[in-house]
Amino acid sequence: MRKHKQILAGLAVAAAIGLAPFPAAAFKVFVSNEKDNTVTVIDSETLKVIKQIKVGQRPRGIILAKNDDWLLVCTSDDHRIEVYDTKTFELVKNLPSGPDPELFVLHPDGNPLYIANEDDNLVTIVDIEAGKVLGEVPVGVEPEGMAVSPDGKIVVNTSETTNMAHFIDTKTHEIVGNVLVDARPRVAQFTADGSKLWVSAEIGGTVSIIDPTKKEVIHKITFEIPGINADAIQPVGIRLTKDGKKAFVALGPANRVAVIDAETYKVEKYLLVGQRVWNLAFTPDEKLLFTTNGTSNDVSVIDVDRLRVTKSVTTGRYPWGVVVANH
Amino acid sequence: MSEMYDGRITDRKSGIAGFASLFALAVSLVLVTSGPGVAQTPPPAADKQGAPAGAQAGIKIPIVYLSEKRDRLPPLSLLDFRPDDDGIAGAQLGTDDNNTTGRFLKQSFSIEAVPPGTRDELIKVATEKAKQGVGFFVADAEAGTLLALSDALKGLDAVIFNAGSADERLREEDCRLNVKHTAPSRTMLTDALVQYLAWKRWRNLALVYGPQPEDQAFAAAFRRSAQRFGLKVVDDREFKYEVGSRRTDGGFEQVQQQIPSFTQSLPEHDVLIVADEAKQFGDYFPYRTWVPRPVAGTQGLYPTPWHPASELWGATQFQNRFQRKAGRTMRPLDYSAWLAVRSIGEAATRTNSGDPKTLITYMLSDKFDLAGFKGQKLSYRAWNGQLRQPIFVATPTIHVSVSPQQGYLHQFSELDTLGVDKPETKCTAFSGR
Repeated sequence: MRKHKQILAGLAVAAAIGLAPFPAAAFKVFVSNEKDNTVTVIDSETLKVIKQIKVGQRPRGIILAKNDDWLLVCTSDDHRIEVYDTKTFELVKNLPSGPDPELFVLHPDGNPLYIANEDDNLVTIVDIEAGKVLGEVPVGVEPEGMAVSPDGKIVVNTSETTNMAHFIDTKTHEIVGNVLVDARPRVAQFTADGSKLWVSAEIGGTVSIIDPTKKEVIHKITFEIPGINADAIQPVGIRLTKDGKKAFVALGPANRVAVIDAETYKVEKYLLVGQRVWNLAFTPDEKLLFTTNGTSNDVSVIDVDRLRVTKSVTTGRYPWGVVVANH
Repeated sequence: MSEMYDGRITDRKSGIAGFASLFALAVSLVLVTSGPGVAQTPPPAADKQGAPAGAQAGIKIPIVYLSEKRDRLPPLSLLDFRPDDDGIAGAQLGTDDNNTTGRFLKQSFSIEAVPPGTRDELIKVATEKAKQGVGFFVADAEAGTLLALSDALKGLDAVIFNAGSADERLREEDCRLNVKHTAPSRTMLTDALVQYLAWKRWRNLALVYGPQPEDQAFAAAFRRSAQRFGLKVVDDREFKYEVGSRRTDGGFEQVQQQIPSFTQSLPEHDVLIVADEAKQFGDYFPYRTWVPRPVAGTQGLYPTPWHPASELWGATQFQNRFQRKAGRTMRPLDYSAWLAVRSIGEAATRTNSGDPKTLITYMLSDKFDLAGFKGQKLSYRAWNGQLRQPIFVATPTIHVSVSPQQGYLHQFSELDTLGVDKPETKCTAFSGR
């Protein structure tokens, strides 16, 4: 905390004399720690932990809202969503979420929020300003991954035991399509132009590329790592660069992040990170990628240009989700 | 009196409404995009919109649950009595899970639990059902009954899932093409335990086994596992008991004397292994041995395909679903029955078919895999129809580890380090395939 203040002081001085000492802006990285009910805050510039926020039970999914002023955390065992101020780290309010919220996605307009209720085969829709439930959509068994199309017309939910990506119309709240993918789909992610949807299948060991218009799987990415048993290659987190050129996929207990050419779907490289890597987040300038390594209690920091793992930062126990604020 | 169950009782109203609107949407899409007349053969696009081709009328997949009436000795502990719905509750949850998925594919699953019966009664009802077109049976029966059922259904397009018997011979010399095993074999269980003991370097083991045939079978499987993983059974001896003595009023005074003297003359050992599947004496051993040693085997630290406290690999919701449905925790037989029903569901989802032959072939192919809250895909061994799966090594309240242990490598799947492996198998029924 003191260091952070020193940096802020330094920045203030630098700003005062009109010189920027840092080439890149510092962002705040928020990591939810599933097992000790905290969120670790890391400064993306110094890569130091600046705060441990005590939150509700079993924090997992974590996203930002209101121009990154709000941090939303699914506290699964408390069956609610907690909202924190990203500057003061104070609790702003709680939102209803339906039972056992795990992952969620915010409409590109900033509201509403779409939440996967893992224990109840539902997607719950919540107005984050009013704190009201707007609707529920029944989906497959154990809903998990959530994605929203860039135009905001479609929300996609993946169901872990049904093994499908469900396409939900955001106007009517009706399911308009179901695409079968491999076993235990975890994360869904649209490309920035909305033309493709990527879905990881943890037990199936694949990533399906779906054409959202035709609602068809058009390609399946598989992974092979010498010396690693195929059963240990379990894709979870997916991040795509905004220019649509590169994709990063976290491979769970294979302890690696795959670097993929997002145009040809060829795996270019495997980066060794911490143990049981699940979720990923870029800094807003896409210079750094953070990975949550559940079993080794840390995040790895990947230099996106050089494709190198440059550092690991200790978090709380079983880091689960990660998100980076633009300030 | 059969109990029909199709899962609809627990379906949420909104679920049915959602499905109805979904179906209406699919139909309207077909009408709008293709015009009338094409409705009988919906275009491929409709397939992706929730109402698959070839499923206009819906695919119905009935499953029958068979349970053999058996005389069981009452267990030592009141906590170990079996609930009446042991097994069937797991099969019903599997049916619910299948139907939630099936609602998007116009597939509906039902499970019928026929009343527990004798071998002959089960054969009679199974044959009747199979002749009516039922292709899937989940059985909780003794080995002999299972083989008789298999013989009775020979030539019919039907498969039996063995959820209740660990007997090795069903996977080995007496293996059958129309039987699959979701219950782990005894050697899978003992290998799982012994791998953990080997990891702990607890090498010297004293073995105490009971008089029941299944106790001796467990002891034999354990001796094989110990040899396979380089541990030593330094001594073994039978523990004799009078059946039914558990209710002796105040019996602990004598037990407290009896177990130390029984174990006094054992040679130096690291762990005392009890083989007591009948649950008649094994629980007398922990904390009563002559020298302070951990107890493992069928009691103490034991191997099991499912543990009611596991929240590993996303199992929390699975345990919760079961608890809500059955009003109790999930037992190994429930889990094995769930795996059987989910295998059928998974094969039906992937093949978009309800035809038993298609599904059976698919389940044995290398395309089939099943997620079973064990952290990796589960599949059937093509040489004997046994489901590969990780095994918990646990105490009654919590898991201690999950085998296979790290470092036990295998050229095909590390899961095949548990149980009799392909090069050793005596099963020949599958080799022509």
